[in-house]
This record gives sequence, C-alpha cells and structure tokens, in this order.
Amino acid sequence: MKYLILKHYQGGPTPAVDYPPMDQWTPEEIDAHMQFMRDFGARLEETGEFVDVQGLSPAGAFIRYGGQGRLPITDGPFAETKDVIAGWYIIDVDSWDRAVELAGELSAAPGPGGEPLYEWLEVRPFMGAEAPKTAE
Amino acid sequence: MNDDAQLRELVPAVIGVLVRRGADFSSAEDAVQEALIRALQVWPEDPPRDPKGWLVTAAWHKFVDAARSETARQRRELVIDAEPPAGAVPAADDTLRLYFLCAHPTLPSAAAVALTLRAVGGLTTRQIAQACLVPEATMAQRIVRAKRRIEGLPLDQPGDLATVLRVLYLVFNEGYGGDVDLAAEAIRLTRQLIALTDNDPEVAGLLALMLLHHARRDSRTGPGGQLIALAEQDRARWDTALITEGVAILQTALARDRLGEYQAQAAIAALHADASQATETDWVQIVEWYDELLALTDSPVVRLNRAVAVGEADGAQAGLKALAEVAPDVPRHAAVAAYLHERAGDLSQAADLYAEASHAATNVPERDYLARQAARVRQGVRR
Repeated sequence: MKYLILKHYQGGPTPAVDYPPMDQWTPEEIDAHMQFMRDFGARLEETGEFVDVQGLSPAGAFIRYGGQGRLPITDGPFAETKDVIAGWYIIDVDSWDRAVELAGELSAAPGPGGEPLYEWLEVRPFMGAEAPKTAE
Repeated sequence: MNDDAQLRELVPAVIGVLVRRGADFSSAEDAVQEALIRALQVWPEDPPRDPKGWLVTAAWHKFVDAARSETARQRRELVIDAEPPAGAVPAADDTLRLYFLCAHPTLPSAAAVALTLRAVGGLTTRQIAQACLVPEATMAQRIVRAKRRIEGLPLDQPGDLATVLRVLYLVFNEGYGGDVDLAAEAIRLTRQLIALTDNDPEVAGLLALMLLHHARRDSRTGPGGQLIALAEQDRARWDTALITEGVAILQTALARDRLGEYQAQAAIAALHADASQATETDWVQIVEWYDELLALTDSPVVRLNRAVAVGEADGAQAGLKALAEVAPDVPRHAAVAAYLHERAGDLSQAADLYAEASHAATNVPERDYLARQAARVRQGVRR
C-alpha cells in the first residue's frame, strides 16, 4: 500500500518546537541532519519500502484557466510564509500503522543542538491504501 | 557491457544500410531497434559469426514485415519489390548524417538527446528512459514525435555540427540512471564523431572537455552524494590517464589554430587538472581563457565564472568589480557573490548571500552545500 509523506515549508498544525532556518545552524548540525536523512532513505531501500523521494523548489505559483482566448491566471509565486510543499517520500508499506511509524522516525531528524525537529509531516494514503480513522 | 557497446556501435551503420536500400529513416530506425532488442535476447546464448550481417538481415526482415502489414502504403511496397542494391556511399558518411539528423535544430533538446541515444548510440528505449528517469512509454512517445518532426528531411545534406556538439554535451551532463552511464556514452559518441569529421578541432575540444571533467567525477561527491567543491577535492583521486589523454587531444586541436568555445572550456579544465594543489592553480591563464571564451560566446554564464577567476587572480575586490558587470538574474549569481564577499572578508554579507543562493538552488545537493556554506561562514569559521 502506497503512502505519500509530505514535507511542508510552512503550514500544517502549529509547530511543536521553534527552530531557526538551516543556514543559521552550525555546519556540524547540518551534517548530522543530512546524515540522518541519508540513513533514513537507505533503511527504506533495505526494507523494500522505498518508492520515490523528491524535493521541490520553493518558487511556484497557482495557475487556472483564464477563459476563452485569454492567458491562464497566475496567483503567486509567494513568499515562503504561505503553505508550500517542500518535498515528499513515497513509501510502499503493509499498513497505515507502518506509515505512521516511518513518518514518526523521519520527524525525529535532528536539528540545532542535535535535538529532534518534531516536524509535522503530512501522511496521505494513495487511493486504495488503508486510511486512518477520522479524528473526532 | 563491452559486448553490448560493440553491438551498439553497429547500429548507425545498419540504419544506414536500410536507408540506402530504400527504407525511410523512421521505419529503418524502428526496424533496427527491434532487431537490436532481439539481438540482446539471442546473442548471449547464440553469438553470430557476422554480427553486422545478422543485424542487417534481422532489421531488414522487421522492416519488410512492418511495411507489408501497412498494405495501404503502396509506395513502400514498391520500394521493397524493387529492393535496390546498396549504394556506393561509404558507411562512415551514413553515421555522420545520422548525427546531424538526430540533433536537427528543429528538434527540442530532450527529443534530440533521446533520438541521438537511440539511432546513433544504439540504446533501447527502456535504457534511455531509465537513464533520463522518465517512464518508458513517455520516452517511446518522445522518440515517435521527434521522428515525425524530422520526417522528410533529406539525409544527404550537411548538418550543423554546433547543434550536434551541444546535444552530445547535454547527454554528457545528463548523468546516469539505470545500467547506462550517459557520460561514458557521450564520450564514446564524441570519440566516434572525431573520426567522422576529419579531426574537427571543436569536436576534439568537446572530447577533451568531457575527459577532463570525467577524470574528476569520483572526487566531486562525498559518500552521501554531497557536493565537494573543486578546491576541496582529493586530487589524488583524479583519473590521471583520462587527464593525460584529454590534454593531449586538446593540444593537438589547439595546434590547428581554429579556436572554438569547447577548446577554450577544455583549456580551462586542463589548467585546473594541471594543478596538483588548488593553491597552485594558474588563475592568470584561466582568466585569459575566459576572455577568449567571452569573445567567442558573450555568454552571461561565462561572464559569471570569469568573475570567480578574476577574484582568484587579482583579489576579491577585482572579482567583485567583474561581478558587477554580470546581470543579477544569471543562475548562481548569489553563490558567486557570496564566495567573493567571503574572500573580501565581509562575512555577514557572505552568509546572507550563501543563504539566498541556497534558496535559489535548483538541485538538492547544491542547496544543501550552499546552506552548509552559509552556516560555516556564519559561525565565523575560516578554512
């Protein structure tokens, strides 16, 4: 069953911890973060659960049809204050619970001081994959 | 792999034979592709004594089958019935014409790359799709549309060598996915092109450039795929055999006194390769080559890279002065500005510029590298 793990630049629930942008970390903190991400990806490949990983450029825009004979309407690009998707993992796992487990691991990626970022990640089942029960 | 390369070397010549027998390029290319896929299945078990003859026969049968099944196309039936003998045109010319056709200026770059890899390189659609990281059906369609676009173009006219070189350089920079190394494939195709163009100095310049870049490939990234800048690379890991070959090819080309942009770029790469430590780099000569390159191309990217070289040769202030002549919207402008400001001792502005460059980066390793540079400078750490 396939799941999309979406990482947002901004948006989602209120952040659990506040941390500065990466260019204000120390180089060692960045190295530790990158190493964690590489290890996470390598583990997924080892377990046969990896499908895809992609990063998106922050610059983008909303586009819609502009009417007959007119150019499409563009809204954006926005500053990074709006909800912008930063990238994703696609995983192929046995259950929703496993998808949650992996997203939880990914969210523990270290940030400043080597502390987990506690970053919110959005997990979306592909159509046909086991979905979570609706929150009360 | 070696056998595979030998098989693929035959592909353009076999297409040429079919075209001379009266097949149109598109059908001939399809037929050879089918014969090639069959060969990859059959040859490991049952290698033919005459590989080229085997491919010609198999491809011709595929072509005849395809043409017969399209009964509406009477004209093609006639061509088959007549089955003219192979003409006197040497096969080498056929191959050269295929290069021109597949890199025809009317084709979009991605289509020219795909078609060149298939008709000249002899790769299967699946291999090309894997290497370019797109679905096989997408690549198949891209090739069909490319062939439709060049349909009816005469095969017997000289083409534009500059577009061929551009396409080969694109292939070289495409990297590698699946089991095909496109950089190595680009080198093979450029090598082959040199022989076909009577040692054209720009073709040689491109080959030298590719070899000199390829020599540094293993040292360009760390164990996790992170970028390592030229100055920090472990030069002991550079491939000296490739460097020696690249430099020799470049010197022969330069001696013919017909300078072009690839020779000038290769000369810059050769000067970098020549320094056993980054600090021994002959930046003064590199600036001179950038001046030549600028005279040849007037490219804003060259102007930007020249600013880096000027910064090394004449100091950071001179580099910043050179940078002031470059439009700020040129890709990597912020990264170069950051580097020069750091060298000038203006660390806080350098850190901000590195951060800005990181946000503007168009690939993940570059983004991560620049974010780390920002962090490093912010921390006030000196190299």
